[in-house]
Amino acid sequence: MIDFMQKLGHRTLSKLAAFGRSGQILFQSVVAKPAPVMMFPLLIKQIYFVGVLSLIIIVVSGLFIGMVLGLQGYTILADYGSEEAVGQMVALSLVRELAPVVTALLFAGRAGSALTAEIGLMKATEQLASLEMIGVDPLRRIIAPRLYAGFICMPLLTMIFAVVGVWGAALVAVDWLGIYSGSYWVNMQQSVDFMSDVVNGLIKAVVFGFVVTWIAVYQGYDCVPTSEGISQATTRTVVYSSLAVLGLDFILTALMFGDL
Amino acid sequence: MRMRTMEISVGFFMLIGFLALVVLALNVSGLNLASKGAGYKIYANFENIGGLTARAKVSMSGVQIGEVTRIRLDPQMLMAEVEMEIYPDIDFLSADSSAMILTSGLLGQQYIGIIPGGDVEVLAPGEFIYNTQSALVLEDLVGKFLMNQVSE
Amino acid sequence: MEAVSPATGSASSMLEDVIVEIKDLTFSRGNRPIFKGVDIKIPRGKVTAIMGPSGTGKTTLLKLIGGQLRPDSGDIVVEGSSVPSLGRKDLFVIREKMGMLFQSGALFTDMNVFDNIAFPIRVHTQLPEEMIRDIVLMKLQAVGLRGAYDLMPSELSGGMARRVALARAISLDPNIVMYDEPFTGQDPIAMGVLVNLIRRLNQALGHTSIIVSHDIQETLSIADYIYLIADGKVIAHGTPDQLKTIESEQVRQFVEGLPDGPVPFHYQAPDFLEQLMHKGVSR
Ligand SMILES: Nc1ncnc2c1ncn2[C@@H]1O[C@H](COP(=O)(O)OP(=O)(O)OP(=O)(O)O)[C@@H](O)[C@H]1O
Ligand SMILES: [Mg+2]
Repeated sequence: MIDFMQKLGHRTLSKLAAFGRSGQILFQSVVAKPAPVMMFPLLIKQIYFVGVLSLIIIVVSGLFIGMVLGLQGYTILADYGSEEAVGQMVALSLVRELAPVVTALLFAGRAGSALTAEIGLMKATEQLASLEMIGVDPLRRIIAPRLYAGFICMPLLTMIFAVVGVWGAALVAVDWLGIYSGSYWVNMQQSVDFMSDVVNGLIKAVVFGFVVTWIAVYQGYDCVPTSEGISQATTRTVVYSSLAVLGLDFILTALMFGDL
Repeated sequence: MRMRTMEISVGFFMLIGFLALVVLALNVSGLNLASKGAGYKIYANFENIGGLTARAKVSMSGVQIGEVTRIRLDPQMLMAEVEMEIYPDIDFLSADSSAMILTSGLLGQQYIGIIPGGDVEVLAPGEFIYNTQSALVLEDLVGKFLMNQVSE
Repeated sequence: MEAVSPATGSASSMLEDVIVEIKDLTFSRGNRPIFKGVDIKIPRGKVTAIMGPSGTGKTTLLKLIGGQLRPDSGDIVVEGSSVPSLGRKDLFVIREKMGMLFQSGALFTDMNVFDNIAFPIRVHTQLPEEMIRDIVLMKLQAVGLRGAYDLMPSELSGGMARRVALARAISLDPNIVMYDEPFTGQDPIAMGVLVNLIRRLNQALGHTSIIVSHDIQETLSIADYIYLIADGKVIAHGTPDQLKTIESEQVRQFVEGLPDGPVPFHYQAPDFLEQLMHKGVSR
């Protein structure tokens, strides 16, 4: 029993320490040192890896999720004779919830795990150490551009996801199931509010992007520099960031849309 | 060379990202930058507004001519006072128009329908529509129906 | 165990201009002590070799000098500043004066050979691109790999990668160059070239070189001064000639490469037979 308590205490302390280290990394790479101009090409490269290469999976998933929503929405709403409202249902659920959350989950799997593995491997092959010895801060050179790229790409990917989804739903509901396109779009425009829906969805995307990249980068930087350690760190990135996204989504939704 | 294609694709990516934002703003949320704040305000008092909310549409013959901007309780009359913003090009509402709260579809949203009157004078900004008809509230209807049954 | 040192005036006069001084250093990994009170003085402009059995902490020592690890106690003074007490920022400043060849090479895998070597120059100077090109080609020529400038690190052999890493370590002409086993994986020709290169760099540019190596003959031929580390302590130091005359059994064993003697070949372990018979391997 005492043994168990001791272990629990030890675990808690080491988790706290890990959290502290991750905060330190974040602070030193982003907050304490604003991005110099030299970082720009590095940033472009990271946006390419983190954003552009995630584009395909985001577009394809957005399309299919939109189409499914259109189909399901239509069949459910048709029972109440208000299938015209499918546009509003699809748009609200996409813009408020599905786009930020699903994009963040895909982002964690596609870009987050890659970031962790890349940084972990750099650590294992002493590239980070040799950067330090050359007199270049790896937090600034390696970590910071990746963090910024994550912040920038997540909101953009989320918006692309939402638009593709809305369009996919229109494809199903309007073109295949024959809802009058005017009522699809007008119903949608009336119920979706720019500030309270689109902007709130964007805020979620920014927060998720921040959290997922932070976790990914930290796990890579702090991993045990062996192949086993890297594979564990990669798994942790996906698990932790998925949980963090879902948990934060509830909190943010309660703050934004609930009357809590 | 590789850097160049990378730059181009990143630029392209950012561009479609921002385009997506524009589409979300204009096509999905129907944000209308041009008419925002450019319309004029008119008011109407209702005994009961039911489920009417701000941003509900104001329409005439089914065509949107403005939107509800604010709802408050008039402390003297103890009635709901609805502030509407009418698009600037709709400057021909006769002074004796009437307003009623309607529902689109069985479960749909509530909106305000304006029915024109015959007066030659038009509603000036800030004026009230006096002829109003409240929202249909299901409980009231049922209540009335029961009363009729009893009195028969 | 007392460090065996030659009691001569000539050695101490040679040590007067000290660029790196390690004072009573202790360091441990987890519960295992790696250094138990080590004193080392590295003279400016000379080639100093650090030798010792595998796993005694030579790489660790270089990392301590570079400030990547912090000692448990003791001090490391590089050009007058105490490395363990430096802040992050000052640490990066002082590292610009150091070059380090990592044991694993540690080339940046996302750049080709040319960019790897140009990297330190590009970050720390504003030189025009043509000049950088010339410097890089010069360094590549020195390590005999000018023809490989556009290969990626994954396309290099182990020995080639190490030579590229060496070229990178000296690309900025740092004051102090630390070589962690520069000769491993080199054929005899390349080895001879590298020995000459290190010697030449040292004489022509006045670099201070710290070499960690197991190759006794090469090291003895190149080093001005040698420290022998074993068991967490300095067991002997002196010039190559002095070292050859030291009578200590430990030193003899190492210098002459005898398989058995006071320096154990095995990592600290319980008796082999006993472990086989009774204990098994506890996990
Ligand atoms: N990251 C680490 N964590 C724990 N122990 C370590 C770590 N790195 C090295 N050690 C231990 O420290 C000791 C010294 O390691 P170091 O790499 O400095 O040896 P070395 O003298 O360079 O050996 P070699 O000649 O084989 O390169 C070794 O016994 C090793 O087990
Ligand atoms: Mg070593």
